[in-house]
This record gives sequence, C-alpha cells and structure tokens, in this order.
Amino acid sequence: MPAGSNAGQPPPRAGQAKQVHLAVQLPGIHNVTVWTDPRSESQIAVDSFIRLARAAERGKFDFFFLAEGLRLREHKGQVYDLDVVGRPENLTMLAALAAVTSRLGLAATVNTTFNEPYEVARRFATLDLLSEGRTAWNVVTSYDAFTGENFRRGGYLDEADRYTRAAEFLSTAKELWASWGEDDLVADASSGEFVRPGAGRFAHHGEHFDISGRFGTPRGPQGHPVIIQSGESDAGREFAARDADVIFSKYSSLEQARPFYEDVKRRLAAYGRTHDDLKILPTATAVVADTDEEARAYADEITREQVSPQTAIAHLEGVWGRDLSAYDPDGPLPDVDPEPESLILKGHSVFRKGREETARRWREIAGERELSIRELMIEVHGGQTFVGSPRTVADSIDHFVQSDGADGFILVPHLTPDGLDEVVDRVVPLLQEKGVYREDYTGPTLRDHLGLGLPKETP
Amino acid sequence: MTGTPFHLAVALDGAGWHPGAWRAAGARPGELFSAGYWTDLVTEAERGLLDFVTLEDTLAPQSEPFHRPDDRTDRVRGTVDAVLLAARLAPVTHRIGLVPTANVTHTEPFHVGIGIATLDHASEGRAGWRPQIASRASDAALFGRRTTPQLTDDDIRDPEAIARRLRPLFAEAADAVEVARRLWDSWEDDAEIRDAASGRFIDRDKLHHIDFEGPHFHVRGPSIVPRTPQGQPVVASLAHASTPYEFAATASDVVFVTPRDRAGVARILAEVDEAVAVTGRDLAARPLKRFADLVVVLGDTAAAAAERAARLDDLAGAPLASDAAVFTGTAAGLADLLEDWRAEGLDGFRLRPAALPHDLSAVTGTLVPELQRRGVFRTEYTSTTLRGHLGLARPASRYAVPAAG
Ligand SMILES: Cc1cc2nc3c(=O)[nH]c(=O)nc-3n(C[C@H](O)[C@H](O)[C@H](O)COP(=O)(O)O)c2cc1C
Repeated sequence: MPAGSNAGQPPPRAGQAKQVHLAVQLPGIHNVTVWTDPRSESQIAVDSFIRLARAAERGKFDFFFLAEGLRLREHKGQVYDLDVVGRPENLTMLAALAAVTSRLGLAATVNTTFNEPYEVARRFATLDLLSEGRTAWNVVTSYDAFTGENFRRGGYLDEADRYTRAAEFLSTAKELWASWGEDDLVADASSGEFVRPGAGRFAHHGEHFDISGRFGTPRGPQGHPVIIQSGESDAGREFAARDADVIFSKYSSLEQARPFYEDVKRRLAAYGRTHDDLKILPTATAVVADTDEEARAYADEITREQVSPQTAIAHLEGVWGRDLSAYDPDGPLPDVDPEPESLILKGHSVFRKGREETARRWREIAGERELSIRELMIEVHGGQTFVGSPRTVADSIDHFVQSDGADGFILVPHLTPDGLDEVVDRVVPLLQEKGVYREDYTGPTLRDHLGLGLPKETP
Repeated sequence: MTGTPFHLAVALDGAGWHPGAWRAAGARPGELFSAGYWTDLVTEAERGLLDFVTLEDTLAPQSEPFHRPDDRTDRVRGTVDAVLLAARLAPVTHRIGLVPTANVTHTEPFHVGIGIATLDHASEGRAGWRPQIASRASDAALFGRRTTPQLTDDDIRDPEAIARRLRPLFAEAADAVEVARRLWDSWEDDAEIRDAASGRFIDRDKLHHIDFEGPHFHVRGPSIVPRTPQGQPVVASLAHASTPYEFAATASDVVFVTPRDRAGVARILAEVDEAVAVTGRDLAARPLKRFADLVVVLGDTAAAAAERAARLDDLAGAPLASDAAVFTGTAAGLADLLEDWRAEGLDGFRLRPAALPHDLSAVTGTLVPELQRRGVFRTEYTSTTLRGHLGLARPASRYAVPAAG
C-alpha cells in the first residue's frame, strides 16, 4: 500500500492512551527478506538470531517470534529457490536465545497436526522453565499432505478436522500443564520428600487423544505459555476468541484491520473474556529513513528487490497452476486461463485455495491500471506497512493502534539480522515520548509484558 | 604410563546418579529445573576440558525399575527436555560437546533430526545426540498412538532376554537415526549460493529428497535446516547387550559400555567387535569410539570417599545399584583404574558423578590435573567442534557428487 497511508494525526486522547505492543519475527522463507542486499547475513547462524533478539530486547519488545514450515516449498517439483531457504527448529533455537536475553518473550509456531500433545506440552514446559517464564506458542493448524510426507502419520487430517484436533490438542496440553500444582515440587532434603504424591497425574480420553499417565516436567513460571493463534477463517477466529492470548493477522492497512479487530474482539464476550484478554497483532514492515521522501524511495527499492522478475512469474504460476516461464515479467498478464486444480507451488499456503477468484481479481486490477506482471505482483504482494521518517512511522503506528486497527505489530524486517535497529533506535524512543510504549519491562514474564494474568487453572 | 591421550566425558543427571544425592550437603534440589543450575555444571565440565557432557532424559518421570513407573516421592522425579536444555547451554559454553538424550520410539524422526541439527547450529558444531528407545507400556500410554509390550520382572533380570524383547524397538531406532543422518546430509555444503544475477538463493540441485521407506515410517525430506557445522552431529548410544551393541554398530559414532572390571572390558569390546562385523561396518571409514561408563564417588582419601558413599546410601535408604560399575575412592585411584582399563582398547570414559556438584568438581579439579600430569589428557582444547575433540572427520554429504578428477 502507498507510503503513509496509515499516517495522520493521532486522535485526541481521553485519559490513558492505549499501549502499543511490538514483537519481531526473524524474516526469511517468504520473499520479504532482501537477501541480495550486501548487509544481509546468514538466516541460520546462531549469531543472526542473537543479534536480532538482542535488538528486540533493547527495544523492550514483547517477544521474538519464529514461524514454522516443516517441508521446504517446491516449485515444479523442485525446492523453491528464489527466497531464503532453510531455518532452524523453533523451540531449539529459542532455547538458545533464552540464554542471551533476560526479558524478551520467545514465541514458537508449532502445528497441532504433525505433533502429539504430550511432547509439545513437555517441550513448552521446558522452555518456560529454562527461560523463566517467557514462552509463547503460536498454535497453527496446517494440514496439507505435502507436509505430511515428512511424518509417520502422513497427511491424514481433513481440512475440516484440523480445528477440532487443534482445540482438543490445546485443551489436552493445558491438562498436562495443570497436572503439576504450584506446590508439587517440594525438594525438601530434610523430610526426604521430593514431589507430592500424584504430581503430574493425568488422564484424557477424547476423540483425538486418549492418553494417561504422569506428565514428566514440572510447572513453568507462567503456568503455561502464552497462546497465539494465526488463522483467519471463522473457525480460526472462534478458536482465538476462546483460547488465545494473542492473534496474528495479516491485515496491515487500517481499512482491512478495523473490521477484523472489531469482529474478533466482539467474539470474546461469549467466552466470558474481556476486550483486553486478547491482543491483536498484525504482521507489518517498517521502512525508516531520515526523511519521508528518502524512506519512500528506499521502500520502492526494497519492494522491487522483494518481487524480482523471477519471483513475479513464480507467484503468477502459483495462482495460474501452470508453467508461465515463457512470459515476459514486464509484459501483460498471460492470455491463457488458470488451471486452479494443478498445484505448481507446493507448501505456500497463499496459493492453496481461492485461486480462480484471485486470478479474476488480478486481471481486473492489471486491466484497469495497465500493469505488467511484475507491477501487478508488486501491487498485490509487495508494499511496506509503515514508511517514513522516525517521526512519521511512530505517529503511524500510534495512530493505527489508537484507531483500534490493532493492539500492536509483529515487525518483519527485510534484512537479517540487523533490520530492526532503525525501529529500535529511532522509532521506539518516539513512541516512549508519546507515552504509548513502555520505558522498561515491568515484569519478568511474557504474560507480564502482555498484561495478562496467570492462566485459569481449569482448562 | 601409556602417554597416549584419551577422552573423558561426564554424564549429568538430576542431582547426580546416586538416588540419595539430592539430599546431600551442597545439592541444589530446588534448582534442578532451572537454567542456572545446569549452566554451573556445564561450565565446570568445560573448565575441566572434557570432551562432552551427556544430558539424561526420560519422557515420563523417572523410576527405579527399568520397565515400569514406581510413583516414588522420595527420589528426584521430573525432567526437562534434554535437547532444549542443551540448546539453552550452548551460548553460555564455547568448546564442550553437548549430547542430549532424545527418545526415538514415540517421537517423529523428522522433528528429532531437525532439533539436533539446530543444536549443532546453536552450538556452532558441538552437538551430539543419544537416541533412546522407550520400552515401557506406560510410556506408550502418554502418546496413545501405539502400545509396547509390558516387560515382566522376569524379563528384565537378564540383559540378553530384555534385548531380545526390545529388538523391534532397536530396529526402529536404527531407522530413526538413519532418517536423521540422511536429513543432515540432505543439504550439500555449498547449497546456498545467493546468486543475485539469476535470482536464486540456493542451488536446488544440491538439496535432496531423502525418500526413506521403512516398516514404521517414511520420510520424504529434505531437511528444513541447512547443513550444520559438523555436517553430522555425533550419535552416541548406551549398550549392555548384543542387540544394543548391534544398534551401536549400525547407528552410533560413540558407544558407552558398562564393564565391571578389566576382564569385562576385554569381553565387552570383543562383543562390540563382533557386532561391528555382523553389521558389516567399515571402521576405517566410520570409526566407532568406545567409552566405558563408571559411576564415581570421589574423596580426598579412600576413607573419605567410602564415608561419602555410605552417607549417600543412608540418605537414599538403600545401597547404590547401577548398571555401570561404581568406583569409590580418590582421584588418583580412579586415574589408575582408567589407565588400567584403557589398556584393553577403550577410547575413553563417561563418568557418572554420584552427587552433583561434588563429584563433578572432583573430576575437573583433581582427576583431570592428575591425568594431565600423567600425560594422558589434553591441557587445552585444540579444536572447536565435538567431532574435532573426538578425532572424527567431518563427513561429506552422501548425496554430493565427488568432483571429477
Ligand atoms: C500471520 C499468519 C502467520 C502464520 N504463520 C504460520 C506458520 O508459521 N506456520 C504454519 O504452518 N502456518 C502459519 N499460518 C497459517 C495458519 O496457521 C493456518 O494454517 C492458515 O491460516 C489457515 O487457517 P484459517 O483457515 O483459519 O485461516 C499463519 C497464518 C497467518 C495469518
């Protein structure tokens, strides 16, 4: 979207202004990373993760977030080669980051389809103990058989079943976490009692999981991790309203974000929850330079790098479902029709469904504005959320939040690993000046950063 | 004295390997699940220039019997995921190898393989892995995906008898390790090209589907994790009988064995050799390092050590029982024993401190200097990776086509 579309004067404030929440995602995988930039470094070396995490903590961010993809994307039967490829296993890398940060939350995406509750609950309880209460779990529901080919169980799950499994998965995990009471770890050398009898005992007999025994890992400081959700469907929103503390969205323009915000917040009441119990954080990018003009020029440059001629064709092929390599990226859209049943780009969730509709819309946009293939792809896939001087970006972020488009943002820098520095060093101080962003962490746990209490005991 | 250096590792488990250790003076039983406790231990081990530490793990709470839960409340119960613990320790250490235990019976080989690969990145080349099977029926109930036959008290009296019962689980474990190793190889070293001219980040011809097909699972690959600093992290396994020896011969780079005396060392190493022959492993191409496990209760004098052992037995309410031999005595006495056993052909030892931190500090503070004086242990780290410490070469990816000529 055009630079500064979210800018403008923040509305006058009655009383306390809403506080902005910020998180960061290590980029990569999608074409947001400009890996051709000489400043772009490794997306897998631990040093990259440490530098980005330390920048986020310097900026008093709520958390550091890692997405998940358990199979490398494929394009025409081979690994997709245009974007950054390769990433760590989330929880393992976050455990390492727990050692080099002391307040920053650590959020891992782990899907409920190719995992089992016992193991996931155990790993999150571990990370919560080893990070002293800074863990979050982004519960996703990916189901495709393509990813399933890497797992024992394969791609057995129907799309319709994924949220029922996810809901039962999460409630089972909560039972496991709650199976150790706060005082169950005694460790009293003089009496000789190490644990209370029955610590960890559980039994869950459900449709998807029928398990029992003793949970092997004591309770973490947060009771259980902060729960994040990132689906958009009706089922996904309902799941979030009932179970999540944070929801990610991809609506980074105010026009789209406000209806989503209102809809999701409205759903909370049905579950006895209040407006502040669920934070809505869209993913966003920020391009900061000395002046608005320089920032706009830089944003255009970044966007062109993000949508290279090859990427433009590949994305179009993803929607068209056919080989379009003979077409000129600087020419008009292909005259051939899409084959929406054929999947030429595998593992890209964006290209999974609704492709006929997408193609129709794209033809319209390209026709009206006489856009080339690449220009169209820049229009629909490119674009930066916040662009401008530090002042402009700070005002835009504040305005977006005060206008109830979001409670904050997950920033995805276009450079690894130092792409957050401009925001941290130049924008955050202005948000602090405005009184809409914390000067320092007020508590040790991620729940504290998000203003959430301890979880309710009964799942 | 032989003068040829050997390898030394410590096995860290809870408050130590003696069930009374958590009640001993100096123990930190309330901190067993905190990062600070483990950081102190591993940095101490690193001060002692040890090759690596192993980190124990169990899915369910620990139990005294091998085959079933005991629901005791007077013993250390509860564990943290050892792979995550190892990762948490990686940035606060610099040279020492980190070898977590991870289950392979109830986990997904893909998840475990990428977790260990990530540990290798996070530690910049110091990752190992001890794959562990889960044989208890009660472990299977935690996952609800399969059942495993309940072993009886009779079954477990004879290591060969248990090993026969567990043979299918070991076969599956070998497949899990094979999957992990193929995943580690699935990215060739130079797969990442960042070729701005052609717009390609990777050379897709250097990434490979692994296409593993076995009776229990199939895995397509490639890994999501790029090739790691060691290429292949070090796989280690603990073995007490012929089936696990064969597992080690098939799957491991390091095997931990449990002789009772010097004659036992000779006998067991012969059995390991036989397993190597049976499985057709080429030791020149893939060396197998052989370590003996020993539980150690150390004191400044033999009498002080015996007193400590008795005190720990008192605290536990029972004498120590272990699968491995127990050494009680001075560091100098232990050094003698290590050199004596080693003459039978061991590459090194994995010491299990009876009580932490006491017996670990005795290893690093007294045993190591003694071994250095005798010229049989390193005086500084001379490599940065675990493979380097062990003298194991960095393997090439099996999928790489050797350069012509
Ligand atoms: C902002 C955002 C981030 C997501 N991140 C991931 C991810 O890292 N891994 C994944 O498998 N799915 C991810 N998803 C996909 C969702 O979990 C979910 O599978 C998908 O949105 C379909 O669910 P829905 O039908 O409820 O929208 C993400 C979705 C959104 C909106």
